[in-house]
Parts: sequence; C-alpha cells; structure tokens
Amino acid sequence: MDLVKAVEQQQLKGGYKEVDIGDYVKVHLKIKEGNRERVQIFEGTVIARKGAGLSETITVRRLSYGVGVERILPVHSPKIEKIEIVRKGKVRRAKLYYLRDRVGKAAKVKEKLPTVRK
Amino acid sequence: MEKFMLGKKAGMTQLFDENGIAIPVTVIDCGPVVVVQNKNVETDGYRAVKVGYGDVKKVNKPVKGEYEKANAEPCRIMREFKTEADYEAGQKISVADMFQPGDQVDVSGVSKGKGYAGVQKRHGHRTGPKTHGSMYHRRVGSMGANTDPARVFKGKKMPGHLGAANVTVQNLSVVQVDGERNILVIRGAVPGPKGGVVEIKNSVKSK
Repeated sequence: MDLVKAVEQQQLKGGYKEVDIGDYVKVHLKIKEGNRERVQIFEGTVIARKGAGLSETITVRRLSYGVGVERILPVHSPKIEKIEIVRKGKVRRAKLYYLRDRVGKAAKVKEKLPTVRK
Repeated sequence: MEKFMLGKKAGMTQLFDENGIAIPVTVIDCGPVVVVQNKNVETDGYRAVKVGYGDVKKVNKPVKGEYEKANAEPCRIMREFKTEADYEAGQKISVADMFQPGDQVDVSGVSKGKGYAGVQKRHGHRTGPKTHGSMYHRRVGSMGANTDPARVFKGKKMPGHLGAANVTVQNLSVVQVDGERNILVIRGAVPGPKGGVVEIKNSVKSK
C-alpha cells in the first residue's frame, strides 16, 4: 500500500484537516470560461466528509432560492483554490443528512464557539 | 522496439489530470528485471529474452544454475518476452528504460478467483422471477431442444469455475513512470489481486 500512498502524495494538498462536519464554508472554485479563468464561490454547510487520501470528498449543502443544493467536492482537486471556514458548527454526528428533511430554523447548525479556559 | 516489464499490482487510487479531472489509476510496483538469457535463432530457433523479477528465499539447483550463468541474483519469477533487441546477460532493466508517460500498453495477469459460479455471475444471464411462486431463481434455464438434436450442444453456457485465469487488458495508457522508486502508474484497472504479478507489454493494437 505504501506505493499507492507515495503516488497520492504528489497531489495531496495538506488535507484541509480543520474543515469539520457542520462548518459553514466558502469554497473558492476555479472556473474556466473559454480562455479566461475566474473564481466562483460556493458557500454552505459541510454535511459529510467521505473517503481517504486523495479521493476524499466533502458534501456542501446550501439553500438557493428555497431549493436545497448539494455539491460533492473532491478536497484535493486542483479546481479548488481554497476552502475558507466562516463559522464552526456544533454537531454530534458525522453525517448531517437529517438537515435535508428540515426547513427554516430547524435546518440550522448551532455555532461552536471557541472554548475559553478559566 | 518491443517493450516489456514485470511488476506487482500495488493497488488502485485516483489522480487529477491537467484539467483537474480525476482519473482512475492502478499503481504497479514495477521491476527492475534482470536479463537471464538471450535466445537466438541459431540455438533456440527464435529471438527472445528471458528475464527474472522479484526476491526469493529458496531456489532449486537448476534455476540457480541459470542465474549463475548470467551472473545475477536468483529471482522469484522468470518470464520470456519476444524481442528483436539484444540485451546483456545480467543486465538490469528498470521501468524508466522501457516506458514513458503517454505510452499505450497491454497488461496481463491472473484474474481474481471466484470459485464455482452460477450462470448469472459467470455468463451474465438473467435471473428468473423472484416472486409470484416462480421457484426458479438463479437456475441455468433451457439446455436446448428435446428429441432433435437429443443432446446438449458443446459450449453451452453452464455453471463452473470462474476467474483465476490469464487475462489481458489491452490499450491502457501510462500516466507516470518513476525509475528510482520503480513505480508505474497506469490508467484503468489491471487483472488480479493486490500483490499479483502482472506483465506489461507495449500495446499490439495502438498505432
């Protein structure tokens, strides 16, 4: 298995270890239009993280004009410029699929505030 | 030039190409192979090269003798490849000498054994209805007509042993070659389990 990891190593982008389930993120995507390249931002809640190594993906969910939109994004894809964490989420589950069945305030993830040492 | 290499399948993963699209790849622990013997028309009746690959703990005397003749360490696997090129006995050939990224190759190996399999798995037949009292779920189906020909034709697709056979996948492209670490990365799947021995040759069908 070591050789497989060695091959993956060339394209790994540090892993984005700090992106957790429930976080509200802004994903900067590189989009090619003809010869021009621009950056599009897709923002939403991370509801799942799947896979390992180079094949790892995150599922980002947002509501767009009342319609739920989910994108599955390969974390290490060169098409992703960066992933910005806007807000940490306080969740107790690894997969937040229950958010799909909820609307309005119930579909919100509580914010996780940084712990203050006394 | 005929290209050839021996390797061990290390596993599969995915890589991103220059357009940022993920492609499925197989990583092969490839070579180096050591030349054991050159075969020629005068003594053997055909041109070929015999190569060895892989570490071995114990070898029997006849095999040991072959490697001693070539002044090389004994190997686990010995294979012959047809070639017009001349190699020196004892010479080590690495993947980087043989393949470049972009080459088209054929990969052969022994496929994963599936044991005694039914017609659905072995030949892709359809199943009978599962419900409505059919009681005819994964059975073979018709064996043919009755009185005439009064026998089952040869080659009738029936259950039996599946897998563990020599399989060649043609026209796969080489994605990466690393001569130092002996890594060959090929787009697509190759036959066999992880650790299975595979033969890589230049593709017979590519131009």
